[in-house]
Amino acid sequence: MKFTVDWLKNHLDTKFNNNQIIDKLTNIGLEVESFESSTSELDTFIVAKIINAKTHPNADRLKLCDVDIGGDKTIEVVCGAPNAKNGLLTVYAPPGSIIPKNQMKLSVSKIRGVTSYGMLCSESELQLSNESDGIIELKNNIYANKIGEKYFKNTSEKVLDLSITPNRPDCLGVRGIARDLSAAGAGKLKINKKSKLKYRGNQNINVTIKKEKAQGCTIFGSCLIKGVTNKESPKWLKDKILSLGQKPISAIVDITNYVMFDLNRPLHAYDADKINNEIIVRSSSKGESFEALDNKKYILENDMCVISDRSGVLGLGGIIGGTRSGTEYSTKNILLESAYFLPRSIRKTSKQLNIDTDAKFRFERGIDPLSIEEGLTKASELIKQICGGEISNLDVKKIENYKKTKINFDPFHFEKTTGFNIDNKELIKILEKLGFNVSKNKKILKLVVPSWRPDITQSIDIVEEIVRIKGYEHINTSEPIKIRLKPTLNYYQKLFHFLQRSVASKGYLETVTWSFTDSKINQMFKENDEEIPIVNPISSDLNVLRNSIFPNLIFYLKKNLDRGFKDISLFEIGPVFKGKNPGDQQTVIGAVRAGKVSRLSWNDKERNVDTFDVKKDVIQSLCEAGIDKNDIVIDDKSPSYYHPGKSGGVYQNKNEKKALAYFGEIHPNIIKKLDIKTEGLVIFEICLDHIKESKQKIKDSKSEYKYSDFQKSERDFSFIINKNFKSQELVNLIKSVDEKLIKSVKVFDVFEGENIPNGKKSIAVNVTIQSEEKTLNENDLDNINKLIISLVESKFGAKIRS
Amino acid sequence: MSDIKKIKDDYIDKLNRENNVDKVNNIKSELFGKNGIISNEFKKLGSISVEERKKLASDLNNIKDELQNKISIKIQEIETKEINLKLEKEKIDVTLPERNIEIGKIHPVSQVIDEISSIFSEIGFSVEEGPDVENEYNNFTALNTPDNHPARDMHDTFYLDNNKELLLRTHTSPVQVRTMLKGKPPFKIIAPGRTYRSDSDQTHAPMFHQVEGLHIDKNINMGHLKGCLNYFIKEFFEVDKIKMRFRPSHFPFTEPSAEVDIGYEIKNGKIVIGEGNKWLEILGCGMVHPNVLKNVKVNPSKYQGYAFGIGIDRLGMLKYGINDLRAFFETDYRWLSHFGFDPLDVPSNYRGLSR
Repeated sequence: MKFTVDWLKNHLDTKFNNNQIIDKLTNIGLEVESFESSTSELDTFIVAKIINAKTHPNADRLKLCDVDIGGDKTIEVVCGAPNAKNGLLTVYAPPGSIIPKNQMKLSVSKIRGVTSYGMLCSESELQLSNESDGIIELKNNIYANKIGEKYFKNTSEKVLDLSITPNRPDCLGVRGIARDLSAAGAGKLKINKKSKLKYRGNQNINVTIKKEKAQGCTIFGSCLIKGVTNKESPKWLKDKILSLGQKPISAIVDITNYVMFDLNRPLHAYDADKINNEIIVRSSSKGESFEALDNKKYILENDMCVISDRSGVLGLGGIIGGTRSGTEYSTKNILLESAYFLPRSIRKTSKQLNIDTDAKFRFERGIDPLSIEEGLTKASELIKQICGGEISNLDVKKIENYKKTKINFDPFHFEKTTGFNIDNKELIKILEKLGFNVSKNKKILKLVVPSWRPDITQSIDIVEEIVRIKGYEHINTSEPIKIRLKPTLNYYQKLFHFLQRSVASKGYLETVTWSFTDSKINQMFKENDEEIPIVNPISSDLNVLRNSIFPNLIFYLKKNLDRGFKDISLFEIGPVFKGKNPGDQQTVIGAVRAGKVSRLSWNDKERNVDTFDVKKDVIQSLCEAGIDKNDIVIDDKSPSYYHPGKSGGVYQNKNEKKALAYFGEIHPNIIKKLDIKTEGLVIFEICLDHIKESKQKIKDSKSEYKYSDFQKSERDFSFIINKNFKSQELVNLIKSVDEKLIKSVKVFDVFEGENIPNGKKSIAVNVTIQSEEKTLNENDLDNINKLIISLVESKFGAKIRS
Repeated sequence: MSDIKKIKDDYIDKLNRENNVDKVNNIKSELFGKNGIISNEFKKLGSISVEERKKLASDLNNIKDELQNKISIKIQEIETKEINLKLEKEKIDVTLPERNIEIGKIHPVSQVIDEISSIFSEIGFSVEEGPDVENEYNNFTALNTPDNHPARDMHDTFYLDNNKELLLRTHTSPVQVRTMLKGKPPFKIIAPGRTYRSDSDQTHAPMFHQVEGLHIDKNINMGHLKGCLNYFIKEFFEVDKIKMRFRPSHFPFTEPSAEVDIGYEIKNGKIVIGEGNKWLEILGCGMVHPNVLKNVKVNPSKYQGYAFGIGIDRLGMLKYGINDLRAFFETDYRWLSHFGFDPLDVPSNYRGLSR
């Protein structure tokens, strides 16, 4: 909402200066976005100095000037003026400027083969005089230290721009703003002068509001103004319209706009001679069309509120008028409309047709239904003043009467909500100044809400009005109470933070990427999940919700590789979507590692990152988050975007069906399709929702501390076994021989090839044996050795190597 | 006597010249072995007179001590020399680089969420969450923003279906609705999370982060709201004093509503929070609207309280001097390394919010 302070003072008697007014507006909830001079086309012209003027190489009558335009800049301009000479101060117009004389827009151009950046101006070109023989010569003593500054002073009045919240339609007019300011003690609201307007004759164009279920109009007021002379608006009116940031059109249109911004009362002027017989306010039928004042043709749906005559649609009520009945300079007779349209109807129609106008913006928020006559009177008066003509009696048709909103207000509600007390007298004064009618009934205030405040319907709205006007600075600051009702975080929230920092501590950089992604990349990772398209995506490559965390991670990994980084570890923790309903989402960690380990190391051999790097990262992170490593089970099944032979799943224990993590190399096809250039690429993911909370807290689950001081023995075994045999099973089997005595089993060598039969491999394990009761003798140990060997050989068809 | 003295002198001399541990040990057995020279001298003691024996025995013992002492010193001397020599040879260049250090980092948004949670935990708030995909009811209608309300236009919403029933939440406020529907008052929660709006430019990203706050009890008023936010802002920016301004505003789900500005100034091109005469809007808040309480089955005549919503990314930008919001989500390795936080740097009350 834009207006000038002068305009405000038409409605408000105030001693406040501009800064005080701005502060007051902010304090009562009318946020000031800016207070600036409106920009002018003349702002671009600046004072400049010719540093060097030499003859154009290809034209004797032209000059090539180096021009100082302030700052550190000099610019080359081609100039035809005979008086262009070294040291001359003059006016420079940069490319993009519009020359007042001929309204030409300057562009960078070549003049006789030399590029000229802008132009040096004559007085005639700037419409200062008729002098066109040479460029302006500015006086040295005045302008020498103004190089680079604007040549024209911007004399237009500063414009206040308020951001009005959607609940305050009344403040979309200057008078409403003045009323709020007066309630807050910033002055006195001026009383509207009684109109001395004389009406003659009747409004003889018949108006009918059809009684239909979907009728979007309840009041239609109008008057005829006959014998007008439409013309350009006078300067004061033009200035007002310009201050709104709008273009003056003609006196009649400008007046209706002016009244709209002044009183928040939208109006519409028809050329009465173009109306076929009568006005019918009705709901549209599908397929009807009309050409609107924005020069677009609109094809209507059912049940849009239209103003029509016998020939068809004239305009969309409260939204936009049509060209067929629009006013022009030649218009002689006017029908002026002042109506009330229902916000719901306005909103629905404008959404369907995608139209946004100042009138629509206002009706949608709710116009004062009792302002019909005031609008007609004020506009007619101005039209008569400027364009002449005779005004008919006002004709107001209604299909519904306005019902006053009444609220019983208990002043204690104010104190209970705001925490501070206000004197009853002051409270009543504020409400009355805002336009409420207040009467007392014991402790209760009986309020009638002003008709321009559709936002006020209940007691809490009254509390807000009072505290807003009184000032939020009166609210006390109560120190917060440091009592916790329940733990800050639940198990999964803690897990989130643990795992996040745990993964980061393995050398991964955390990133945050969009929850949406490119369906083409998502396709490669979505497995059997349903694709979830966004109806109105921000761009075509962010068009689906991510089914997996990897599409974005891989995309950004590639971007970083393309930047020249080679060894990259990235992870993200966040949601992935499994369906389109609320709650169909899981929290996962996805991590990628690319490149080499020990690249360019002087002491270690460099190698590509591999599956066992990420396996370590994922297992260690899980253990740090509290999962027992001894329970973890690994298998070799993983989603299809992993390398089928170099990836696996992690299970919390042997009874779990759902993997809580996967790790491994990414499928080579994906690397190829996405054209990722790296030496090695391994990934892992953890699904936090699949981690089961332990039933006991650490304080309850710590087992008794036991240790053995008896000597421990280590034995190495080497088995020849089927190539596809999983080492995890071997370890488990050996442990099962005697769970008390066998403390650990560690695979320390795996070997295929020379001396090993085809289809077989050799696995070497180191077994630690220790009793908690005695020192084991050779005999005891031999027995265990034999048991291990016979069990492994018989169960797995393995052979011990000699 | 002169014999053994001579022997002693000879051997001392010999030992002085010796540099090899084995040879010293040979000398040792030559002297003190079973048939060693000194051992033999001791054997002779039995065959001489008592008087002489006393004297000789004493002399022999002295010589024996002297020689043995010499031998052990010598051995130690040689060994020390050898070790020093060995260590000298083993010397390495310790200025060569260590094995690669892989430094991981926590994203600023995560760090700021942890900081915020830590602060609100101190004053008794617990953390709630809600889904990123919401239904129209929880995101708008329950929050007193019916379909025909112009306030809906302020949220450019991503929809997942043509009926506009399913959407990406435009704010964290639907968590209020979920929390109150599933529990009984009092409520004292914060809800950080991702939020989505379909605009994108230098200062807006289609996804950003908010933290919702909600405190409902029997007598919670605007003074408590002011106190809570005042405490939070001071703690978050780690300053003693904060200039703060509550301005009336409008949100459909709170009434009275306020926007909160904090004072700042620009010093040496950097933004300094808490001083100066410029104002920066950082959050919206207000008393939960009775219509919202009714929608979530809380009796507004018994319970009341406040809610607030804060832009997390924006807070992070202010605190850590980050200029570009879009960079938060662009996964530039250089940016993540530069603005990320050490994973061990966990914000907490007793260790301090930030280093």
